[in-house]
Amino acid sequence: MSLFLRDYLNVVWFGLAAMLLAGLLLGIAALIRPSRPSPEKLLTYESGVDPVGLGWSQSQVRYYVFALLFVIFDVEAVFIFPWAAAIERYGTFGLVTMLAFIVLLLDGLVYAWKRGLLRWV
Amino acid sequence: MMSIALEIPYWGQSLLRVLGGIGAVLLPAGTIVYLFLFKMMSFMQSRLGPMEAGPFGSMQLLAEVGKWLQKEDIIPENADAKIYKLAPVIVLVSTFLLVVVVPFGPDALFTNFSAGVFYALAIGSVSVIGILVAGWSSANKYSLLGGLRAAGQLIAYELPMVLAVVGVVIQAGSMNLQQIVVAQNSGSIFGWDGVGFPFVLTQFVGFLIFMIAVQAELTQVPFDMPIAESELVSGYMTEYSGFRFLIFFIGEFATAGVFAFIASVLFLGGWGIPFSWFGWESLDAVDGWMNIVGPVIMLTKMLVLTGIIMWVRFSYPRFREDQLQRFAWKVLIPLSLANIAVTAILKVAI
Repeated sequence: MSLFLRDYLNVVWFGLAAMLLAGLLLGIAALIRPSRPSPEKLLTYESGVDPVGLGWSQSQVRYYVFALLFVIFDVEAVFIFPWAAAIERYGTFGLVTMLAFIVLLLDGLVYAWKRGLLRWV
Repeated sequence: MMSIALEIPYWGQSLLRVLGGIGAVLLPAGTIVYLFLFKMMSFMQSRLGPMEAGPFGSMQLLAEVGKWLQKEDIIPENADAKIYKLAPVIVLVSTFLLVVVVPFGPDALFTNFSAGVFYALAIGSVSVIGILVAGWSSANKYSLLGGLRAAGQLIAYELPMVLAVVGVVIQAGSMNLQQIVVAQNSGSIFGWDGVGFPFVLTQFVGFLIFMIAVQAELTQVPFDMPIAESELVSGYMTEYSGFRFLIFFIGEFATAGVFAFIASVLFLGGWGIPFSWFGWESLDAVDGWMNIVGPVIMLTKMLVLTGIIMWVRFSYPRFREDQLQRFAWKVLIPLSLANIAVTAILKVAI
Protein backbone atom coordinates (compact mmCIF):
# COMPACT_ATOMS: atom_id res chain seq x y z
CA MET A 1 0.00 0.00 0.00
CA SER A 2 1.30 3.44 -0.87
CA LEU A 3 2.45 5.83 1.83
CA PHE A 4 -0.33 8.22 0.85
CA LEU A 5 -3.08 5.67 1.49
CA ARG A 6 -1.36 4.53 4.67
CA ASP A 7 -1.59 8.07 6.03
CA TYR A 8 -5.32 8.06 5.38
CA LEU A 9 -5.64 4.64 6.99
CA ASN A 10 -4.20 6.25 10.13
CA VAL A 11 -7.04 8.77 10.01
CA VAL A 12 -9.50 5.87 9.98
CA TRP A 13 -7.77 4.27 12.99
CA PHE A 14 -7.93 7.53 14.90
CA GLY A 15 -11.64 7.90 14.16
CA LEU A 16 -12.29 4.35 15.34
CA ALA A 17 -10.18 4.94 18.46
CA ALA A 18 -12.26 8.01 19.34
CA MET A 19 -15.49 6.04 18.94
CA LEU A 20 -14.04 3.19 20.99
CA LEU A 21 -12.97 5.58 23.76
CA ALA A 22 -16.40 7.22 23.88
CA GLY A 23 -18.09 3.80 23.79
CA LEU A 24 -15.86 2.48 26.58
CA LEU A 25 -16.49 5.43 28.88
CA LEU A 26 -20.24 5.45 28.16
CA GLY A 27 -20.27 1.67 28.72
CA ILE A 28 -18.63 2.01 32.14
CA ALA A 29 -21.08 4.79 32.97
CA ALA A 30 -24.00 2.58 31.88
CA LEU A 31 -22.89 -0.10 34.36
CA ILE A 32 -22.72 2.10 37.44
CA ARG A 33 -25.21 4.91 36.90
CA PRO A 34 -28.77 4.76 38.22
CA SER A 35 -31.78 4.82 35.91
CA ARG A 36 -35.04 5.96 37.45
CA PRO A 37 -36.98 7.74 34.73
CA SER A 38 -40.14 9.61 35.56
CA PRO A 39 -42.45 11.56 33.22
CA GLU A 40 -41.39 14.89 34.74
CA LYS A 41 -37.73 14.07 34.33
CA LEU A 42 -38.13 13.21 30.66
CA LEU A 43 -39.98 16.41 29.89
CA THR A 44 -38.24 18.96 27.67
CA TYR A 45 -36.47 21.56 29.81
CA GLU A 46 -37.98 25.01 29.57
CA SER A 47 -36.84 26.85 32.69
CA GLY A 48 -39.04 24.75 34.96
CA VAL A 49 -42.42 25.50 33.40
CA ASP A 50 -44.38 23.11 31.18
CA PRO A 51 -43.02 23.33 27.61
CA VAL A 52 -45.12 25.37 25.19
CA GLY A 53 -45.56 23.86 21.74
CA LEU A 54 -42.89 21.78 20.04
CA GLY A 55 -39.18 22.13 20.60
CA TRP A 56 -38.67 22.36 16.85
CA SER A 57 -40.26 25.79 16.84
CA GLN A 58 -40.08 28.14 13.90
CA SER A 59 -37.29 30.63 14.16
CA GLN A 60 -35.87 33.05 11.66
CA VAL A 61 -32.42 32.16 10.43
CA ARG A 62 -31.12 35.68 10.04
CA TYR A 63 -27.81 34.93 8.39
CA TYR A 64 -28.59 32.70 5.41
CA VAL A 65 -26.95 35.30 3.13
CA PHE A 66 -23.77 34.83 5.16
CA ALA A 67 -23.92 31.12 4.37
CA LEU A 68 -24.01 31.90 0.62
CA LEU A 69 -21.10 34.33 0.97
CA PHE A 70 -19.22 31.71 2.97
CA VAL A 71 -19.43 29.19 0.13
CA ILE A 72 -18.04 31.75 -2.35
CA PHE A 73 -15.10 32.70 -0.13
CA ASP A 74 -14.36 29.11 0.82
CA VAL A 75 -14.09 28.18 -2.85
CA GLU A 76 -11.81 31.18 -3.27
CA ALA A 77 -9.58 29.81 -0.51
CA VAL A 78 -9.38 26.48 -2.34
CA PHE A 79 -7.95 28.32 -5.36
CA ILE A 80 -5.62 30.54 -3.34
CA PHE A 81 -3.82 27.77 -1.45
CA PRO A 82 -2.15 25.93 -4.37
CA TRP A 83 -0.94 29.26 -5.76
CA ALA A 84 0.34 30.29 -2.32
CA ALA A 85 2.34 27.09 -1.97
CA ALA A 86 4.07 27.61 -5.34
CA ILE A 87 4.14 31.40 -5.42
CA GLU A 88 7.76 31.69 -6.56
CA ARG A 89 7.22 29.47 -9.56
CA TYR A 90 4.44 31.68 -10.96
CA GLY A 91 6.22 34.94 -10.18
CA THR A 92 4.79 38.29 -11.22
CA PHE A 93 2.29 36.79 -13.67
CA GLY A 94 0.72 34.64 -10.95
CA LEU A 95 0.76 37.53 -8.50
CA VAL A 96 -1.11 39.91 -10.81
CA THR A 97 -3.63 37.24 -11.80
CA MET A 98 -4.29 36.24 -8.20
CA LEU A 99 -4.56 39.84 -6.97
CA ALA A 100 -7.14 40.48 -9.72
CA PHE A 101 -9.02 37.41 -8.50
CA ILE A 102 -8.92 38.56 -4.87
CA VAL A 103 -9.94 42.13 -5.76
CA LEU A 104 -12.93 40.80 -7.75
CA LEU A 105 -14.11 38.80 -4.75
CA LEU A 106 -13.47 41.70 -2.40
CA ASP A 107 -15.57 43.74 -4.80
CA GLY A 108 -18.36 41.21 -4.28
CA LEU A 109 -18.06 41.59 -0.53
CA VAL A 110 -18.19 45.37 -0.82
CA TYR A 111 -21.27 45.06 -3.06
CA ALA A 112 -23.02 42.86 -0.47
CA TRP A 113 -21.97 45.34 2.21
CA LYS A 114 -23.40 48.32 0.28
CA ARG A 115 -26.63 46.43 -0.43
CA GLY A 116 -26.96 46.08 3.34
CA LEU A 117 -26.80 42.27 3.28
CA LEU A 118 -24.20 42.14 6.07
CA ARG A 119 -26.68 43.78 8.39
CA TRP A 120 -28.63 41.96 11.10
CA VAL A 121 -32.04 41.89 9.38
CA MET B 1 14.46 6.04 15.75
CA MET B 2 13.50 5.00 12.23
CA SER B 3 15.26 1.66 12.56
CA ILE B 4 13.23 0.83 15.67
CA ALA B 5 9.98 1.89 13.98
CA LEU B 6 10.62 -0.44 11.05
CA GLU B 7 10.96 -3.53 13.24
CA ILE B 8 7.50 -3.11 14.74
CA PRO B 9 4.74 -4.73 12.62
CA TYR B 10 2.11 -2.45 11.10
CA TRP B 11 -0.58 -3.19 13.68
CA GLY B 12 1.90 -2.41 16.46
CA GLN B 13 2.83 0.92 14.88
CA SER B 14 -0.82 1.80 14.46
CA LEU B 15 -1.55 0.88 18.08
CA LEU B 16 1.34 3.06 19.28
CA ARG B 17 0.14 5.94 17.10
CA VAL B 18 -3.42 5.67 18.40
CA LEU B 19 -2.21 5.53 22.03
CA GLY B 20 -0.03 8.57 21.34
CA GLY B 21 -3.04 10.29 19.80
CA ILE B 22 -5.22 9.58 22.83
CA GLY B 23 -2.46 11.06 24.99
CA ALA B 24 -2.14 14.09 22.70
CA VAL B 25 -5.88 14.74 23.02
CA LEU B 26 -6.57 13.97 26.69
CA LEU B 27 -3.38 15.35 28.26
CA PRO B 28 -3.91 18.93 26.99
CA ALA B 29 -7.61 18.74 27.87
CA GLY B 30 -6.88 17.68 31.47
CA THR B 31 -4.07 20.20 31.87
CA ILE B 32 -6.16 23.08 30.50
CA VAL B 33 -9.12 22.27 32.72
CA TYR B 34 -7.07 21.91 35.92
CA LEU B 35 -4.47 24.62 35.35
CA PHE B 36 -6.61 27.31 33.75
CA LEU B 37 -10.27 26.56 34.33
CA PHE B 38 -9.90 25.49 37.96
CA LYS B 39 -6.84 27.34 39.22
CA MET B 40 -6.15 30.39 37.04
CA MET B 41 -9.81 31.43 36.94
CA SER B 42 -10.05 31.01 40.72
CA PHE B 43 -6.99 33.14 41.40
CA MET B 44 -8.21 35.82 39.00
CA GLN B 45 -11.45 35.92 40.97
CA SER B 46 -9.68 35.99 44.38
CA ARG B 47 -10.57 32.47 45.45
CA LEU B 48 -8.62 29.26 45.82
CA GLY B 49 -10.51 26.86 43.57
CA PRO B 50 -10.61 23.12 44.35
CA MET B 51 -8.33 22.33 47.33
CA GLU B 52 -9.74 19.13 48.88
CA ALA B 53 -8.91 16.30 46.45
CA GLY B 54 -5.15 15.72 46.58
CA PRO B 55 -2.48 18.38 47.14
CA PHE B 56 -3.80 21.74 45.82
CA GLY B 57 -6.80 19.89 44.41
CA SER B 58 -4.69 18.14 41.78
CA MET B 59 -6.85 15.00 41.96
CA GLN B 60 -9.98 17.05 41.29
CA LEU B 61 -10.13 15.89 37.65
CA LEU B 62 -10.36 12.23 38.68
CA ALA B 63 -13.03 13.10 41.20
CA GLU B 64 -14.98 14.96 38.51
CA VAL B 65 -14.83 12.02 36.08
CA GLY B 66 -15.94 9.70 38.87
CA LYS B 67 -18.84 11.99 39.65
CA TRP B 68 -20.00 12.30 36.03
CA LEU B 69 -19.76 8.52 35.55
CA GLN B 70 -22.40 8.04 38.23
CA LYS B 71 -24.87 10.59 36.88
CA GLU B 72 -28.15 9.43 35.40
CA ASP B 73 -28.33 9.64 31.61
CA ILE B 74 -31.54 11.52 30.85
CA ILE B 75 -32.83 11.52 27.27
CA PRO B 76 -35.91 13.72 26.87
CA GLU B 77 -39.00 12.00 25.56
CA ASN B 78 -39.33 14.36 22.59
CA ALA B 79 -35.70 14.13 21.56
CA ASP B 80 -34.54 12.19 18.52
CA ALA B 81 -32.84 9.59 20.72
CA LYS B 82 -30.42 7.98 18.25
CA ILE B 83 -29.04 11.23 16.88
CA TYR B 84 -29.09 12.78 20.34
CA LYS B 85 -26.79 10.02 21.57
CA LEU B 86 -24.53 10.29 18.55
CA ALA B 87 -23.84 14.05 18.73
CA PRO B 88 -21.17 14.11 21.51
CA VAL B 89 -19.32 11.27 19.77
CA ILE B 90 -19.13 13.32 16.54
CA VAL B 91 -17.52 16.18 18.44
CA LEU B 92 -14.95 13.87 20.07
CA VAL B 93 -14.17 12.11 16.77
CA SER B 94 -13.55 15.45 15.04
CA THR B 95 -10.98 16.32 17.73
CA PHE B 96 -9.17 13.02 17.20
CA LEU B 97 -9.17 13.47 13.43
CA LEU B 98 -7.69 16.93 13.90
CA VAL B 99 -4.73 15.85 16.06
CA VAL B 100 -3.66 13.40 13.33
CA VAL B 101 -1.89 16.14 11.32
CA VAL B 102 0.15 17.70 14.13
CA PRO B 103 3.87 16.82 13.94
CA PHE B 104 5.55 16.42 17.36
CA GLY B 105 9.10 15.64 16.25
CA PRO B 106 11.25 14.71 13.22
CA ASP B 107 9.86 11.15 13.27
CA ALA B 108 7.20 11.53 15.97
CA LEU B 109 4.26 12.19 13.71
CA PHE B 110 1.01 10.41 13.01
CA THR B 111 0.63 11.29 9.33
CA ASN B 112 2.65 13.34 6.85
CA PHE B 113 0.06 14.77 4.46
CA SER B 114 1.54 16.92 1.72
CA ALA B 115 -1.55 19.14 2.04
CA GLY B 116 -1.66 19.03 5.84
CA VAL B 117 -2.83 22.64 6.20
CA PHE B 118 -5.80 21.88 3.99
CA TYR B 119 -6.69 18.78 5.97
CA ALA B 120 -6.47 20.60 9.30
CA LEU B 121 -8.70 23.45 8.19
CA ALA B 122 -11.25 21.08 6.63
CA ILE B 123 -11.49 18.74 9.63
CA GLY B 124 -11.47 21.71 12.03
CA SER B 125 -14.98 22.58 10.93
CA VAL B 126 -16.44 19.07 11.32
CA SER B 127 -17.28 19.65 14.99
CA VAL B 128 -19.94 22.18 13.96
CA ILE B 129 -21.91 19.25 12.52
CA GLY B 130 -21.92 17.60 15.95
CA ILE B 131 -23.04 20.85 17.57
CA LEU B 132 -25.79 21.49 15.02
CA VAL B 133 -26.99 17.89 15.33
CA ALA B 134 -27.02 18.17 19.12
CA GLY B 135 -29.02 21.39 18.98
CA TRP B 136 -31.57 20.00 16.54
CA SER B 137 -32.08 16.52 18.02
CA SER B 138 -32.69 17.80 21.56
CA ALA B 139 -36.10 19.17 20.49
CA ASN B 140 -35.61 22.07 22.87
CA LYS B 141 -35.96 25.74 21.97
CA TYR B 142 -32.78 26.77 23.77
CA SER B 143 -30.82 23.96 22.13
CA LEU B 144 -32.12 24.79 18.67
CA LEU B 145 -31.25 28.48 19.01
CA GLY B 146 -27.83 27.60 20.40
CA GLY B 147 -27.13 25.16 17.58
CA LEU B 148 -28.14 27.67 14.89
CA ARG B 149 -26.07 30.41 16.48
CA ALA B 150 -23.08 28.05 16.64
CA ALA B 151 -23.45 27.24 12.93
CA GLY B 152 -23.64 30.92 11.97
CA GLN B 153 -20.66 31.82 14.12
CA LEU B 154 -18.43 28.96 13.02
CA ILE B 155 -19.18 29.73 9.36
CA ALA B 156 -18.25 33.38 9.87
CA TYR B 157 -14.96 32.69 11.67
CA GLU B 158 -13.90 29.76 9.52
CA LEU B 159 -13.01 32.18 6.72
CA PRO B 160 -10.61 34.52 8.57
CA MET B 161 -8.92 31.42 9.96
CA VAL B 162 -8.43 29.84 6.53
CA LEU B 163 -7.29 33.10 4.95
CA ALA B 164 -4.90 33.92 7.82
CA VAL B 165 -3.04 30.67 7.18
CA VAL B 166 -2.43 31.54 3.51
CA GLY B 167 0.29 34.01 4.59
CA VAL B 168 2.16 31.20 6.34
CA VAL B 169 1.84 28.93 3.30
CA ILE B 170 3.22 31.71 1.07
CA GLN B 171 6.24 32.17 3.33
CA ALA B 172 6.95 28.49 3.81
CA GLY B 173 6.22 27.57 0.18
CA SER B 174 4.57 24.35 1.31
CA MET B 175 1.31 23.06 2.77
CA ASN B 176 3.02 20.22 4.62
CA LEU B 177 3.10 21.01 8.35
CA GLN B 178 6.46 19.29 8.77
CA GLN B 179 7.95 21.45 6.00
CA ILE B 180 6.49 24.55 7.65
CA VAL B 181 8.27 23.64 10.91
CA VAL B 182 11.54 23.06 9.04
CA ALA B 183 11.19 26.35 7.12
CA GLN B 184 10.85 28.25 10.40
CA ASN B 185 13.72 26.58 12.21
CA SER B 186 16.24 26.52 9.38
CA GLY B 187 15.49 30.12 8.38
CA SER B 188 17.38 33.20 9.43
CA ILE B 189 16.59 36.86 10.08
CA PHE B 190 18.87 39.01 7.84
CA GLY B 191 21.51 36.31 8.02
CA TRP B 192 21.27 35.86 11.80
CA ASP B 193 20.04 32.36 12.57
CA GLY B 194 20.11 32.44 16.39
CA VAL B 195 16.36 31.94 16.79
CA GLY B 196 15.48 30.59 13.35
CA PHE B 197 12.66 32.48 11.72
CA PRO B 198 9.29 31.89 13.44
CA PHE B 199 6.54 33.20 11.16
CA VAL B 200 4.89 35.10 14.01
CA LEU B 201 7.47 37.85 13.40
CA THR B 202 6.34 38.61 9.85
CA GLN B 203 2.83 37.14 10.01
CA PHE B 204 1.88 38.93 13.21
CA VAL B 205 -1.44 40.12 11.73
CA GLY B 206 -2.15 36.61 10.52
CA PHE B 207 -1.34 35.18 13.95
CA LEU B 208 -3.68 37.66 15.63
CA ILE B 209 -6.52 36.88 13.19
CA PHE B 210 -5.88 33.16 13.60
CA MET B 211 -6.05 33.32 17.40
CA ILE B 212 -9.24 35.43 17.35
CA ALA B 213 -10.80 32.93 14.94
CA VAL B 214 -9.70 30.03 17.16
CA GLN B 215 -11.33 31.73 20.13
CA ALA B 216 -14.56 31.98 18.12
CA GLU B 217 -14.35 28.43 16.74
CA LEU B 218 -14.01 27.12 20.28
CA THR B 219 -17.03 29.24 21.31
CA GLN B 220 -15.08 30.66 24.22
CA VAL B 221 -16.04 34.00 25.76
CA PRO B 222 -16.24 36.68 24.26
CA PHE B 223 -17.60 34.56 21.38
CA ASP B 224 -19.81 32.28 23.46
CA MET B 225 -23.15 33.34 21.96
CA PRO B 226 -24.08 29.69 21.19
CA ILE B 227 -23.88 28.83 24.91
CA ALA B 228 -24.73 32.20 26.48
CA GLU B 229 -25.76 30.81 29.86
CA SER B 230 -27.66 33.95 30.89
CA GLU B 231 -30.09 33.72 27.98
CA LEU B 232 -29.96 30.21 26.48
CA VAL B 233 -29.41 28.18 29.71
CA SER B 234 -26.59 26.16 28.15
CA GLY B 235 -27.26 26.42 24.41
CA TYR B 236 -26.96 23.18 22.48
CA MET B 237 -25.92 21.30 25.64
CA THR B 238 -29.06 22.21 27.61
CA GLU B 239 -30.63 18.74 27.57
CA TYR B 240 -27.42 16.78 27.99
CA SER B 241 -26.55 15.28 31.34
CA GLY B 242 -24.19 12.70 32.76
CA PHE B 243 -21.30 11.41 30.72
CA ARG B 244 -22.59 12.67 27.38
CA PHE B 245 -22.27 16.20 28.70
CA LEU B 246 -18.75 15.44 29.88
CA ILE B 247 -17.79 14.23 26.40
CA PHE B 248 -18.88 17.62 25.00
CA PHE B 249 -16.83 19.26 27.73
CA ILE B 250 -13.73 17.16 27.06
CA GLY B 251 -14.16 17.75 23.33
CA GLU B 252 -14.25 21.52 23.84
CA PHE B 253 -11.00 21.71 25.78
CA ALA B 254 -9.23 19.01 23.79
CA THR B 255 -10.01 20.99 20.64
CA ALA B 256 -8.60 24.09 22.31
CA GLY B 257 -5.39 22.15 22.90
CA VAL B 258 -5.22 20.81 19.34
CA PHE B 259 -5.87 24.24 17.79
CA ALA B 260 -3.10 25.63 20.01
CA PHE B 261 -0.82 22.85 18.70
CA ILE B 262 -1.66 23.82 15.12
CA ALA B 263 -1.15 27.53 15.84
CA SER B 264 2.27 26.82 17.36
CA VAL B 265 3.23 24.71 14.33
CA LEU B 266 2.14 27.43 11.90
CA PHE B 267 3.43 30.51 13.67
CA LEU B 268 5.77 29.66 16.57
CA GLY B 269 8.13 27.12 15.05
CA GLY B 270 6.38 23.94 16.20
CA TRP B 271 8.47 21.18 17.80
CA GLY B 272 11.76 22.52 16.50
CA ILE B 273 14.64 24.41 18.00
CA PRO B 274 16.72 26.54 15.62
CA PHE B 275 18.67 24.02 13.52
CA SER B 276 21.81 26.17 13.62
CA TRP B 277 22.27 25.50 17.36
CA PHE B 278 23.37 21.94 16.66
CA GLY B 279 24.50 22.40 13.07
CA TRP B 280 21.65 20.42 11.51
CA GLU B 281 21.44 21.02 7.79
CA SER B 282 18.04 19.51 6.99
CA LEU B 283 15.22 17.47 8.47
CA ASP B 284 17.14 14.20 8.03
CA ALA B 285 20.09 15.55 10.02
CA VAL B 286 18.00 16.27 13.12
CA ASP B 287 19.10 14.11 16.05
CA GLY B 288 16.82 11.36 17.33
CA TRP B 289 16.44 12.86 20.81
CA MET B 290 14.30 15.62 19.30
CA ASN B 291 11.51 13.01 19.21
CA ILE B 292 11.46 13.23 23.02
CA VAL B 293 12.19 16.94 23.40
CA GLY B 294 9.86 17.94 20.53
CA PRO B 295 6.61 16.90 22.27
CA VAL B 296 7.74 18.73 25.43
CA ILE B 297 8.38 21.92 23.42
CA MET B 298 4.99 21.53 21.72
CA LEU B 299 3.29 21.08 25.11
CA THR B 300 4.95 24.24 26.44
CA LYS B 301 3.86 26.31 23.45
CA MET B 302 0.37 24.82 23.66
CA LEU B 303 0.13 25.85 27.33
CA VAL B 304 1.22 29.42 26.56
CA LEU B 305 -1.35 29.76 23.76
CA THR B 306 -4.24 28.15 25.65
CA GLY B 307 -3.24 30.31 28.63
CA ILE B 308 -3.85 33.37 26.46
CA ILE B 309 -7.14 31.93 25.16
CA MET B 310 -8.34 31.30 28.73
CA TRP B 311 -7.05 34.67 29.95
CA VAL B 312 -9.20 36.40 27.31
CA ARG B 313 -12.10 34.13 28.22
CA PHE B 314 -12.00 35.14 31.88
CA SER B 315 -11.53 38.85 31.16
CA TYR B 316 -14.02 39.94 28.50
CA PRO B 317 -17.81 40.31 28.36
CA ARG B 318 -19.78 38.57 25.63
CA PHE B 319 -20.25 39.92 22.09
CA ARG B 320 -23.80 40.38 20.86
CA GLU B 321 -24.74 38.15 17.93
CA ASP B 322 -24.83 40.98 15.36
CA GLN B 323 -21.57 42.51 16.65
CA LEU B 324 -20.00 39.08 16.32
CA GLN B 325 -21.06 38.66 12.67
CA ARG B 326 -20.12 42.25 11.83
CA PHE B 327 -16.65 41.82 13.32
CA ALA B 328 -15.98 38.73 11.23
CA TRP B 329 -17.30 39.99 7.89
CA LYS B 330 -16.38 43.67 8.01
CA VAL B 331 -13.09 43.60 9.91
CA LEU B 332 -11.40 40.20 9.94
CA ILE B 333 -12.06 39.01 6.37
CA PRO B 334 -10.96 42.25 4.59
CA LEU B 335 -7.97 42.42 6.92
CA SER B 336 -6.90 38.84 6.17
CA LEU B 337 -7.31 39.42 2.41
CA ALA B 338 -5.09 42.51 2.69
CA ASN B 339 -2.60 40.42 4.65
CA ILE B 340 -2.48 37.87 1.83
CA ALA B 341 -1.96 40.59 -0.79
CA VAL B 342 0.87 42.31 1.14
CA THR B 343 2.62 39.03 1.94
CA ALA B 344 2.40 37.86 -1.67
CA ILE B 345 3.70 41.16 -3.10
CA LEU B 346 6.63 41.22 -0.68
CA LYS B 347 7.44 37.57 -1.34
CA VAL B 348 7.51 38.02 -5.11
CA ALA B 349 9.27 41.39 -5.00
CA ILE B 350 12.08 40.31 -2.66
